[in-house]
Amino acid sequence: MNGELHANAPAGPLENRWARHRFDMALVNPANRKKYQVIVVGSGLAGGSAAATLGELGYQVKCFCFQDSPRRAHSIAAQGGINAAKNYQNDGDSVWRLFYDTIKGGDFRSRESNVYRLAEISGNIIDQAVAQGVPFAREYGGLLANRSFGGAQVSRTFYARGQTGQQLLLGACQALYRQIAAGTVEMHPRTEMLELIVSEGRARGIVTRNLVNGRIEAHTADCVVLCTGGYGNAYYLSTNAKGCNTSAIWRAHRHGALFANPCFTQIHPTCIPQSGDFQSKLTLMSESLRNDGRVWAPLDAEDVNRDPAELAEERRDYFLESRYPAFGNLVPRDIASRAAKEACDEGRGVGPQVDGRRLGVYLDFSDAIAQQGEAVIRERYGNLFEMYQRITGEDPYRTPMRIYPAIHYTMGGLWVDYDLMTTIDGLFAAGECNFSDHGANRLGASALMQGLADGYFILPCSIGNYLARREPGPLAAGHPEVRGAVESVRARIDRLMNAPAAKHPPEVFHRRLGRLLWDHCGMAREPEGLRQALQDLPRLREEFWHGVRVTGTGAEFNQVLERAGRIADFLELGELMCLDALARNESCGSHARTDHLTADGEVRRDDDRFSYVAAWEFSGESGAPKLHREQLHFEFVRPSVRSYK
Amino acid sequence: MKLRLHIWKQADSGSPGRFEAYPLDDLTPDMSFLEMLDELNEGLIAADREPVAFEHDCREGICGACGLVINGVPHGPLQATTTCQLYLREFKDGDEIWVEPWRAQAFPVIRDLVVDRSALDRILQAGGYISVHTGSAPDGNTLPVPREDADRAFAAATCIGCGACAAACPNASASLFVAAKISHLRLLPQGQPERTARVRSMLAQMDAEGFGFCGNLRECQAACPKEIRIDMIAGMNRELFRSLLLRS
Repeated sequence: MNGELHANAPAGPLENRWARHRFDMALVNPANRKKYQVIVVGSGLAGGSAAATLGELGYQVKCFCFQDSPRRAHSIAAQGGINAAKNYQNDGDSVWRLFYDTIKGGDFRSRESNVYRLAEISGNIIDQAVAQGVPFAREYGGLLANRSFGGAQVSRTFYARGQTGQQLLLGACQALYRQIAAGTVEMHPRTEMLELIVSEGRARGIVTRNLVNGRIEAHTADCVVLCTGGYGNAYYLSTNAKGCNTSAIWRAHRHGALFANPCFTQIHPTCIPQSGDFQSKLTLMSESLRNDGRVWAPLDAEDVNRDPAELAEERRDYFLESRYPAFGNLVPRDIASRAAKEACDEGRGVGPQVDGRRLGVYLDFSDAIAQQGEAVIRERYGNLFEMYQRITGEDPYRTPMRIYPAIHYTMGGLWVDYDLMTTIDGLFAAGECNFSDHGANRLGASALMQGLADGYFILPCSIGNYLARREPGPLAAGHPEVRGAVESVRARIDRLMNAPAAKHPPEVFHRRLGRLLWDHCGMAREPEGLRQALQDLPRLREEFWHGVRVTGTGAEFNQVLERAGRIADFLELGELMCLDALARNESCGSHARTDHLTADGEVRRDDDRFSYVAAWEFSGESGAPKLHREQLHFEFVRPSVRSYK
Repeated sequence: MKLRLHIWKQADSGSPGRFEAYPLDDLTPDMSFLEMLDELNEGLIAADREPVAFEHDCREGICGACGLVINGVPHGPLQATTTCQLYLREFKDGDEIWVEPWRAQAFPVIRDLVVDRSALDRILQAGGYISVHTGSAPDGNTLPVPREDADRAFAAATCIGCGACAAACPNASASLFVAAKISHLRLLPQGQPERTARVRSMLAQMDAEGFGFCGNLRECQAACPKEIRIDMIAGMNRELFRSLLLRS
């Protein structure tokens, strides 16, 4: 593999590409599909919908998840909604507009063909979910309701209160249950993928650990699909579920799958701030709150300890409203997050001190309550206010909420071509674990859309096309590549269980990694800090392997071992994130380099030099990762400067 | 703040279990119950002792993974709150707290506080879905659903599958869990074609898994973190009655 990467995206008019491509794809005869075996790792929106649809088509599918049930995949926690270009509101929406908004929101760092296809499929997803019985919000006339979300100027977001992810996942999960009952999908819950089996350059299976009894098993197939979610937990504190990890895609990366744009990580502005060192995760509150809440910080650092109710208007800085008058509190996530960080860096943060810093700004509903009445606000956000009160012990109807940005989503992931295949033949990646579609920043209500587009509508086509050109027949269990992969998993577990100076629980290292990444590869990145992190991370990795203590044995239920293995992979990924952030000598989307900002602090892209996807090749634990570039070509939109002023 | 925990320890479903006492100090009221267990475990690992196994994932009350019986009550003392959303400010300095796993025949213990809830998945596999082929759906707005019905279906569909209902029930019945899915699909026009078979097969599977019958004791409703109400069980019973009439 050398030089520039090609996405294999079709040419021609944008609106015909997906239809044309589907026609060009080979098909598997229905009678032959049962001869092919497909492994799907992950059971969230992408994995669950892919496994169900592939099973329904007649393939033999095995689906794996580390949770005790496929229904608990982290897609369940998505709150806000799902975009679709239905134009039910007659407000000027169209596939083109959703395409344009998504590519602009991603700061022109994603592929036109992919993003257009996503917008094109978006309507089918809603139809599918409705038919499954997903209880979307409805108008009194019985038709589907929409709202405007995340700064969009049209109402195209479908939602189910603040639990849209839950309802869509349960819809996909029901489709999956139906196939499990029909015998086309074999479900393996509480089973974690620890290695990829590659033979003659082609993905042929996975090695798993049964989390109940510790048994190591090889599963072979005709192709492998990873739908294993994002890697935000590299930062230790994030809005991700505690079990979310990078291990499946990192194992694939080590086998040759290129990892694209690892530094593109999204920080969500409206999370509940950290309250102490013991904090285990951060809780997101839907950004719909910014529709009515006003963000502010004290103008003067001396006021940070005062009761916010006592601070007169002229002592408050409504920094989003003053800097971005057109969009105000509804600016995109990256801009809102960075502005909050700046206020706190200036010593104007509010709330309890953690590590000597006050990291929080106010999200104030008092004006909205005065203007619209408490009942309206309660109807709109009651469940979120309740959640806030439960976590903080403060009543947001009386005192402003405190919010601070937190890692929420990762746009980076395994590089995939237009067919969602990685650079390893027969290895596909879908949903958050691939890099496609969101560029350098993801718009609200786009993640659910992408996961389901990939799983229901894209993978079933591209996997059929892949298999149709190959004879069915997985590797034999005794094949040297299978035995080798099993052996390497055993050896790694032994190494984790037997560190030479075993002393510290794995979380100790994870917290240190998280702090390094948050400080140097978080909301604002400085070359000096990134270089420092690249010095510190290999040392931390060494300390981990020298001093991590894993209790118990590998041959039993062992949650410490599970966590240690995941942290070991995060430690390697963290280095690649910093390297990528350092190599991308521009600011774009969520990647804000302090040396590439405009005079008034906005991100400054460098399209001449960086209009590409950075895809990194693994070259050994001590080797320097090798950069491959996929040049982004904009034939239909002209990259413009995002302006939300 | 200081607490004295008595935690159920059990190697696996075949081994006997017992309570073990863990005194903890240096806690703060802003800590969540699970963060307290994290701290306990980090201390145990550092001392080369076996940590306490417990299940958790999203820690924001939606995945349904967590579930502890705290002082005899599934998910602890707060209404409509999962274990992960419980904070130590609900306890008093010096309290003694007893922590147990879900107890039901259909939920065998895997380790300590972790139980096997796959029985719930098998009940859903017995018909808790609408049979719709991917790609065959008509436009989402072809079938209007009265808002009230959609809201009631949503209220049923918020079930997180944690199993607290069965853990709270003296008969270890999963009726509330099953009724939530039956109601969700029964209230929507899309769910009508399969409603007759669905209720029978899901309830048959509930029996086969070893869950008990509903005795209208309402413990499930009190324990449900999503406030699913037992009138859904009444609705399920009507649905079963209807299906039996149609069969005869």
